[in-house]
Amino acid sequence: MKREFLLVAEGLTKSFDGFKAIDNINFYLDRGELRTIIGPNGAGKSTFLDLITGRTRPDSGTITYRGNPITRLREYEIYRLGIGRKFQTPSIYAHHTVFENLLLGLKGPRGVFSSIFHRISSSEKNRIAEVLEIIGLTEKAHIPAGLLSHGQKQWLEIGMLLAQEAELLLLDEPAAGMSDEETEKTGNLLLTLAGGHTLIVIEHDMTFIRRLASRVTVLHQGRILCEGSFEHVQNDPRVQEVYLGRKHRAHNQPNS
Amino acid sequence: MSDRLPKVEIFFLLILSAVLIFVIPILNSAVPTDHPFYISNYLVNLLGQYFCLAIVAVSLDFLWGYTGLLSLGQMLFFSLGGYAFGMHLMLMIGRLGQYKSDLPDFMVFLGYNKLPDFWVPFYSFWFAAAAALWVPGLLAFLFGWLAFRSRIRGVYFSILTQALTYAACLLFFRNELSMGGNNGFTDFKFILGKPINSPDTQRALYVASALSLILTYLLLRTLTLTKFGKVQRAIRDSENRVLFSGYAAANYKLFAFTLAAVISGLAGALYVPQVGIINPSQMEPSRSLEAVVWVAVGGRGTLYGPVIGAVGVNALRSWATISLPAYWPILLGSLFILVVLFAPRGIAGFLEFLAGKVLTASRPILPNTQIFTNSSLPKTSSPNPSGQESQKT
Repeated sequence: MKREFLLVAEGLTKSFDGFKAIDNINFYLDRGELRTIIGPNGAGKSTFLDLITGRTRPDSGTITYRGNPITRLREYEIYRLGIGRKFQTPSIYAHHTVFENLLLGLKGPRGVFSSIFHRISSSEKNRIAEVLEIIGLTEKAHIPAGLLSHGQKQWLEIGMLLAQEAELLLLDEPAAGMSDEETEKTGNLLLTLAGGHTLIVIEHDMTFIRRLASRVTVLHQGRILCEGSFEHVQNDPRVQEVYLGRKHRAHNQPNS
Repeated sequence: MSDRLPKVEIFFLLILSAVLIFVIPILNSAVPTDHPFYISNYLVNLLGQYFCLAIVAVSLDFLWGYTGLLSLGQMLFFSLGGYAFGMHLMLMIGRLGQYKSDLPDFMVFLGYNKLPDFWVPFYSFWFAAAAALWVPGLLAFLFGWLAFRSRIRGVYFSILTQALTYAACLLFFRNELSMGGNNGFTDFKFILGKPINSPDTQRALYVASALSLILTYLLLRTLTLTKFGKVQRAIRDSENRVLFSGYAAANYKLFAFTLAAVISGLAGALYVPQVGIINPSQMEPSRSLEAVVWVAVGGRGTLYGPVIGAVGVNALRSWATISLPAYWPILLGSLFILVVLFAPRGIAGFLEFLAGKVLTASRPILPNTQIFTNSSLPKTSSPNPSGQESQKT
């Protein structure tokens, strides 16, 4: 019997000027899964997300979402299927208020004319209030998002994906640049989201990844090096060599 | 979205409308010419022209200040509106032209013996009036559709709009187009059966211009308060996020660009009967650049600033071209440089600085002082993976 995956990438290849950023990747993601992708700089992690979200097109290979090919769709079409993405550097609307940022993220019609005649409904207000609660920014609702701290901007961006009710969340380094406390909160947030949503998280921070206790995929030079539980991956000698680098030193701090 | 116009603004608009639409025409028509409050026909006509140019400035600000699209060819759409309506005015001259012919003078001069077919419907006032709107709108739609679909952004978009107006300018210089060549259209006699240069007609045109300006402002200002306006400014600030939030940014830009062109076409149609001439020089790129200066001087991203900028700069121009004709280009250039350097938010920014926070309450603050906002800066389309990754740690 064939398993029903949420997201499948097969034979995926993408090169930039001869440099193979993604080299024949096969990737399978279950519904409700929380998956972490790690890999050294230049391993192709962000490019992989670019390919899923339609920012770049693969040279070959296919990506299917719920069984439908999405390789040829535009960014906004892929988004409308329920795939939301948080960028590596927080990408929010700095001159809109936090509330407005979420409003623009809310699920609903996206057309020009429906936006002109749009009146905010009480259910939309409630949904925004819910999301504000989840991301802990209720008190900041009416200040310009540009004034938020770095960590709060990251949460706001995650909040925009929640407002959208995306099924698959792609999070590019959600804990980057966060304080320990913020990282902890972010970890909790992701753990509560898993199950209800499917998540792909790209991270560098090993303690953070261990906390997520998810299945880990290791990318190296555009290929999948190995896949499995955190412990499995951590103990794989190839991973220790290419990713953790400088053999057997500082398991927890590969980046330092 | 339910953001409303602030009460202060409504109040101010009502007073301004009353002054422009009632007080000024009364001071022109019902006050003896030797009275100190008398406003001359010349001044009424001049104000009417300024208001038409102000409409272009407001529409340009809607594109540049709110959507991040710097159009360097906005006067093309203005000119097309002017030409469309000018065709009607040419036909209304009837046999009163130099050659006493049913054909417009330039056609007789060029040896036409029959009116070109596409001119015939322009006998109708309403057809011409409608054409003044849909011709610029259609051109903007087609151009925008091609440009935005191909993800042409920032400076590249601006340069293309400039090329477009230049191409149109060269085209309209040609006699083969049957649009009057380099002389364009002039010597109009009647509009809606009334002598076009009579004070009454000119006053009516002035009122129509003032009214159009106020309605344009209200329309665009209201749009910027809707969810559409929020998406529009989101595109300006972070187009990528907008795309990855499921909005087809291209459609939003296309709507804004087309609407601005239609509005500029209306302004052109009102301008031509007041200034009495339309020729291809209005399509020269420098003319559209001047419109950019009006917006920058008045204050980008405010909609009312460009009105002040357009009226102010053009009043200065009227004065300078008579008093110091040789220095006008230098004056205009210096003004632009000074504003960019010392008052990046223009006159409006200065006024708001003076007025404190009263007027700024619900008005978005402009992102920065750059001519191109961050999102519209040219970017390499294919991200270099090594460069991208190198941002980390």
